[in-house]
Amino acid sequence: MNVMTNPAALDIERIRADFPILSQTVRGKKLVFLDSAASAQKPRVVIDAMVNAMETQYANVHRGLHWMSERTTEAYEAARDAAAALMNANDRSEIVITGNSTGSINLLAHSYGRGVLKPGQAVLISGMEHHSNIVPWQMLRDAHGIELRVAPITDAGELDMAAFEALLEDGKVGLVAITHMSNVLGTVTPAERIVSIAHAHGAKVMFDGSQAIVHRKIDVQALGADFYAWTGHKLYGPTGIGILWGRKELLEQMPPFFGGGDMISSVTYEKSTWAAVPHKFEAGTPAILEGIGLKAAIDYVQSIGYDAMAAHEASLTEHALARLSKVPDLRIIGQAQDRGGVISFVLGKAHAHDVATLLDRQGIAVRAGHHCAEPLMHRLGLDSTARASFGVYTTHGEIDALADGLDRVREFFG
Amino acid sequence: MTQTETFDDLRDLYQDVILDHGRKPRHAQRLAAFDATAKGDNPMCGDRVEVWVKFDGDRLGRVGFEARGCAISVASADLMAETVQGRGKADTKALFEAFRTLARTGACPDCGQALAEPLERLAPLAGVHEYPSRVKCATLPWHALIAALDGTKEASSE
Repeated sequence: MNVMTNPAALDIERIRADFPILSQTVRGKKLVFLDSAASAQKPRVVIDAMVNAMETQYANVHRGLHWMSERTTEAYEAARDAAAALMNANDRSEIVITGNSTGSINLLAHSYGRGVLKPGQAVLISGMEHHSNIVPWQMLRDAHGIELRVAPITDAGELDMAAFEALLEDGKVGLVAITHMSNVLGTVTPAERIVSIAHAHGAKVMFDGSQAIVHRKIDVQALGADFYAWTGHKLYGPTGIGILWGRKELLEQMPPFFGGGDMISSVTYEKSTWAAVPHKFEAGTPAILEGIGLKAAIDYVQSIGYDAMAAHEASLTEHALARLSKVPDLRIIGQAQDRGGVISFVLGKAHAHDVATLLDRQGIAVRAGHHCAEPLMHRLGLDSTARASFGVYTTHGEIDALADGLDRVREFFG
Repeated sequence: MTQTETFDDLRDLYQDVILDHGRKPRHAQRLAAFDATAKGDNPMCGDRVEVWVKFDGDRLGRVGFEARGCAISVASADLMAETVQGRGKADTKALFEAFRTLARTGACPDCGQALAEPLERLAPLAGVHEYPSRVKCATLPWHALIAALDGTKEASSE
């Protein structure tokens, strides 16, 4: 175990003690949880915040005139302030609360896609997107006459920047919708360059930050981005809550997506008028408890700090690449220069599902399959990979356990 | 420690029979002459199997398959091809129902004496019941086989 590279700023034992689930055993073995990129575990403060709300302070938000409703509204709306601060948004009204990243991207595809983009314009995605950043744009293409373009990736798993720029040159691309960090390859895309190239060609940029925001400080103003989507449950928060950040003047151009309560200014049978942003995008009773949980998660992340989290992740990734490269017959998929703690691999001729099940039998949780990125799998010439991914609570020892476990799997399959 | 002891914890699902049939399937081939065929697809994990059947009178004469998937699905396809040979259609369907129960629950107490012998041959796959996400790996080739017998061409384990 490589203790030397474990940054002193991050007290791993104290952090692990914050996550009750990490003391569980699985199939009689100590849990080694290496599937945080699918969904992260929850610290005690998030669990307590949600339970505490249900036990002591809960009512519907934004409408009640009574004490409980007012207190609950304050607690829920604090999530918006926390998210705005987390991303360095210019204003809290730029934070639209959704159900998850998929919800954020669908909102954008419907609202910006149909309300602002014009038929004949194009949306440009990359060759390493999650299905959630492919399918909404296909649906927009088919319904609204928007062209869908795909910027290829290199064999190393990086965005092909020359091809990316070439696809923007005819000026038809109205929106670039691209991952900030691949959930399969771990590749971190060059966000500032993407923005400056896209803007130079008249395109807005949305980042799918589902993975990136877990590991890197996101400053949307420094990035110069136009939209940024992410989800709470990968950032140690609850499921069922996500964020779409958008520049206010863009959000204001966009028509609502869902209609209903909470998103209106006034309603008659003849005509309704919309609430101001962000509420015009937030129809219906929101995920109140999840908002309260997300606020606690963001506070937790801020208390550790991105510098310490990023250094820990970099150290884990370096250790994992070194350890896994020593496992015979193991091939790491994706060799990007700038990469994070998501590592896909194949082991000899063993199928990824067999590898995952045999690791599970040893208490080690990894993901296996196409990772909701089938077109990327085709590009790589693979049906599936196994994937280990890290969180703030992951230890170097757990990576050693993975490497040892893979050695056993290899021997077992002979 | 012997090899067997070292891997005891891994063997409940991956018994030798499964490893053997997964690695060296006997029936993994497209039949040159066949009477029925169908494809099976598990969209969740990307496993795919194609099954061909040649009848011998009203019984299944030969069954061949091509599978792209994990050791469980390949072994299950191979054991299926071996076990259904010489059985009638209705008998094969009854065996599928019994096998599905076995894969889901680990046993089939109400399956009756008539199916005891073929089920015994499929019993090494019973361990999948502890892995709900892997049950479909074991049943996918059967879905394809039944689709072929019913003439429906395509099956999904979803």
